[in-house]
Amino acid sequence: MSDLFLNIDAGTINWARAQFALTAIYHWLFVPLTLGLAVIMGICETIWYRKRDTFWRTTAQFWQRLFGINFAMGVATGIILEFEFGTNWSNYSWFVGDIFGAPLAIEGIVAFFMESTFVAVMFFGWKKVSPGFHLASTWLTGLGATISAWWILVANAWMQYPVGCAFNPDTMRNEMVSFLDVALSPFAIDKFCHTVISAWIIGAVFVVAVSCWYLMKKRETRLATESIKIAAVVGLVASLGAGMTGHKSAQSVAEVQPMKLAAMEALYNGGTGVGLTIVPGIEVPKVLSFMATNDFNGYVPGINNLLNGYTRPDGKQEPSFEEKMARGQQAILALQDYRESKKQGASELVLSEQLSILNANMPYFGYGYMKNRRDAVPPITVNFWAFRIMVGLGCLFILYFAVLLLMAFRIPWLSAITRRLLAIVCILPETQADDTNSIATLPKWHYWFAILLVPLAYIASESGWLVAEFGRQPWTIQDMLPTWVGVSDVNGFSVALTFFLFLFLFTLMLCVEINIMLKQIKKGPEL
Amino acid sequence: MTYSFLQHYWCFLVSLLGALLVFLLFVQGANSMVRSLGYTEEGRRLIINSTGRKWELTFTTLVTFGGAFFASFPLFYSTSFGGAYWLWMLILFTFVLQAVSYEFQNKLGNFLGAKTFQMFLVINGLLGPLLLGGAVATFFEGSNFIVMKDNLIDAQSFTPIISRWANASHGLDALLNPWVLVLGLAVMFLARVLGILYIINNVNDEDIRSRASVRLIGAAIPFVLFFVAYTVHLLLKDGYAYDEAGVISIVPYKYLTNFLDMWYLLLLFLIGVVLVLYAIGKTIVSKDYIKGIWPAGIGVVLVILPLLLCSAWNNTAYYPSTADLQSSLTIVNSCSSEFTLRTMFYVSLLIPFVLAYIAYAWYALDKKKLDRQELKDEHVY
Repeated sequence: MSDLFLNIDAGTINWARAQFALTAIYHWLFVPLTLGLAVIMGICETIWYRKRDTFWRTTAQFWQRLFGINFAMGVATGIILEFEFGTNWSNYSWFVGDIFGAPLAIEGIVAFFMESTFVAVMFFGWKKVSPGFHLASTWLTGLGATISAWWILVANAWMQYPVGCAFNPDTMRNEMVSFLDVALSPFAIDKFCHTVISAWIIGAVFVVAVSCWYLMKKRETRLATESIKIAAVVGLVASLGAGMTGHKSAQSVAEVQPMKLAAMEALYNGGTGVGLTIVPGIEVPKVLSFMATNDFNGYVPGINNLLNGYTRPDGKQEPSFEEKMARGQQAILALQDYRESKKQGASELVLSEQLSILNANMPYFGYGYMKNRRDAVPPITVNFWAFRIMVGLGCLFILYFAVLLLMAFRIPWLSAITRRLLAIVCILPETQADDTNSIATLPKWHYWFAILLVPLAYIASESGWLVAEFGRQPWTIQDMLPTWVGVSDVNGFSVALTFFLFLFLFTLMLCVEINIMLKQIKKGPEL
Repeated sequence: MTYSFLQHYWCFLVSLLGALLVFLLFVQGANSMVRSLGYTEEGRRLIINSTGRKWELTFTTLVTFGGAFFASFPLFYSTSFGGAYWLWMLILFTFVLQAVSYEFQNKLGNFLGAKTFQMFLVINGLLGPLLLGGAVATFFEGSNFIVMKDNLIDAQSFTPIISRWANASHGLDALLNPWVLVLGLAVMFLARVLGILYIINNVNDEDIRSRASVRLIGAAIPFVLFFVAYTVHLLLKDGYAYDEAGVISIVPYKYLTNFLDMWYLLLLFLIGVVLVLYAIGKTIVSKDYIKGIWPAGIGVVLVILPLLLCSAWNNTAYYPSTADLQSSLTIVNSCSSEFTLRTMFYVSLLIPFVLAYIAYAWYALDKKKLDRQELKDEHVY
C-alpha cells in the first residue's frame, strides 16, 4: 500500500500541534482560576445576601474584580481553540465534525450566553438589579463557566474514547448514533469531575495566597482571615475530590487507553501484581495493579505487551501492532473498493461483502496510516514525570488544606492537636502552639509558602493536561485518526507564523494581566 | 421532520445567528469611532463603558455562530476555515485584541498604556466588520477551493486532505475581489451606523449625542452607497444552483430568482431596509429621538437573515467553488447526519429561553442610561 501521508508537510503537522498545545496551555492558565474563584466569590456574596454585612459585599466585589481581570484572557484564548479545529485541523473537522461539532454548539447556546449575559450583570448590576437577582447572576456566571467546561470536556473525552458513533462509508465520516452515549460517556464524567474539581484547587490556592500576602503586610486582616476560611474548606474538599476522581480517571484510562497508562508509568513489560513506581528506583509492590484493576494481582499490560500483542485476563487476544496496522490497511482498501464499486454501480452483494470487510477491520482504521511501531508509542518521559508532578503536588495540597482548615477553624481537639504537632516538628513556633488566633500572626515564611503554592498549583494542573494529551499521542481520535491525517492543507510556514504571533500576543497579554492583578491586589478591596 | 426540513432549519438558525451577529457589531462600530465620538478622555471612557457592557454578547454570538456552523455544516467548517486560513486568522486576531482591551485599558498596572488598548478596539472595530462582511460576500462570490473526499483513502491523490485551497494565498485572494470589498465596506459602515445609534440611545450625554448625530450622516451615506451597489450587483449576477442529483450549475439571475421564488424573504428584506432607513432618517431629523437602534437593529436582522437564506435555500450552493464547480457546498452535501441535526433541533428549542434572559438582563442593566456620574462611583472599565 502506498504511503498516504507522503505529501503532507511535516512542518504543518508539528506546528499545528504546537499551536494547539500553546493555545490550550495558555487557555488553561485562565479557566481554572475562573472556575475556582466563581465558587469562592459566590460563597462570599451568599453570606452577604444572608447577613447584609457590607464587609461580605466588599469581599465578594474584591474577588469579582480579580475574577474579571482573569476572565477576559480566558475568553480571548477560548475563541482561538474553537476556530483552530477548522483552521488547522480541517480533515479532522470533517471526519468527526458530525459528532464533535454538537458539544461545541451546545456549549455556545447553553453555556456561553449564560456566562456572558450574567457576568455583565455581576459587574455592572450592583446598583441596578435586586440583591437576589445579583446573587443569582454571580452563581449563574460560575454555572455557565462550569457547563461550558462540561461540554468541552465531553468533546475532549470523546476524542480519547470515541463512543456513540459509526463510520459511514458513503459520506466518508463518522456519524453520531447515540447522543446520550457521547454526552454521558463515563470517560467524560470522570474527566469533567476531575478537571473542574482540580480547578477549584487553583481558586482556593490563589485566594489563600492573596490573603496571606495581606496578612504578611498586616492589612485587610478580616478579609484575609475570612477568605482563608472559605478557601480552606473549598481547597480541602477539592483536593480530596481531585484525588478520588483522579483514581477513577486512571482506571478509565487503564481500561480504554492502556498505552497511555503504560506511558504514564514507563511500564515496558507488564504482567500481574505490578508495582507502582514512585520515582525511578522506588516502587510499591502490586499497587499499580490494584489502582488499575482493583485487584492486587490484576494484569496491567506494558508498552511491549501492547506492541507485541497479549492475552487479556478474560482470555481475549489483543492483536500486535503489526496486526492492527495490517487490519487498518485492509479497512482502508475495503473502503477504497467499496467507493469504487459504488461509482461503477456494482451489485448489492459485492458492496455488502466489501462493507463487511470494512466493518470487521474498522476498529483499527487509524493504524492503517501508520508506518512503524514507534508511531504508536506516546512520549514516555513527559508522561512519566508530568503524572508524578501532578500526583505529588495533589498530595501536598490535600495535606496543606487539611492543616490550614484545622488552623483556621477552632475544631475541638483536632485544631489543638494539629497545632501541637506542628510545633513539635518546628513548623509552628512553640509560642503559638496554643494561640487559636495565630493564623494572622504566623512567621513570614508560612505566608511565602502559601504564595509559592500558586505556581505549583498551575504546574500540577498543566501537568494533568500534559498527561491527558501527550498520553494519547499519536491519536487525534483514539485508534481512528492519527494527528498527521487530521491536519489542514496549509503550509508549515503559515502555521509557524501564526504560532509565533499567538505566542507573542498571549505572552504579552499574560504579562499585562499579571501586572494588573498584582497592582489590584496591592490596591486592595476599595474601588 | 424530514432530513430536508432539518437542513433548512439549521441553515435558518445559522443565518439568524449571523444576522444577530451583524446587529451586535454595533459594538465594533462604536469602538471604531471612539476617538471622534468621545472627543475627551472622559467621553471616550463613556463610549468604552457603554459598549463594554455588550461586547461579550457580540463575542459569544460569533463563537456560537462558529459552533453552530461546525455542528450543522461541518464540511463548510473544514473547507472554509482550513482553506481561507489567513482571512479567518485575521478575524480571530482582531477579536482576541478586543477581548482583553476593555478589562485592561484603564487598570493600574497596564504598562502598555490605555491608548494601546483603545487602538486595539479601533482595529477590531474597523477590520472585524470589514473582514466578516468580506467572508459573507464569499457566499455569493465564490472561493477558490476543491473538495475531494476520496483523498482520505486514495494513495494516488496529491494529499490525503479532503479540502484544499486551489491557490497559495489561503483566503487573502478573496480581498482582491472588488465585490467582496464592497460588501465588507457596507458591513463596516453599517456597524458604524449601528454603533452611533446605540451610543445615542445608551449614553446620556448631550455632547456625545450631538457629535454622534453629525457622524451619523458621514457613516450612513457610504453605507447606503455600498449596500445599494452590492444589492444591485447581487440581483443581477449569476448564481450557483444544484439539481436533485446534486449536480451544480451556474444559473443567470439566481439570487433575483430566489427572492422572487421566496417572496416572503423579499418582503422581510424590504421591511428591514425601510426600518434601517427610517431609524437613520428620524435620528438625523429629530434631535430628541434616541431610540433609532431598535428599528435599525430589527431592520438589520430582517435584511441579513433573508440575504443569507437567499444564498442557501431554493437549491442554491451557499459556498460556491470557483476552482471546481462540483466542489461547491450546499446545505445537502455539507450538512451533518440526520441524527445529529435532529438531536441539535431539540437543543435549539432552548434558544427562545436564552434570548429571553438576555433581553431581560439587557433591560435591567440599561433601564438607567450611562452617564458621567456612573463612571465615578461604579465598577467601570
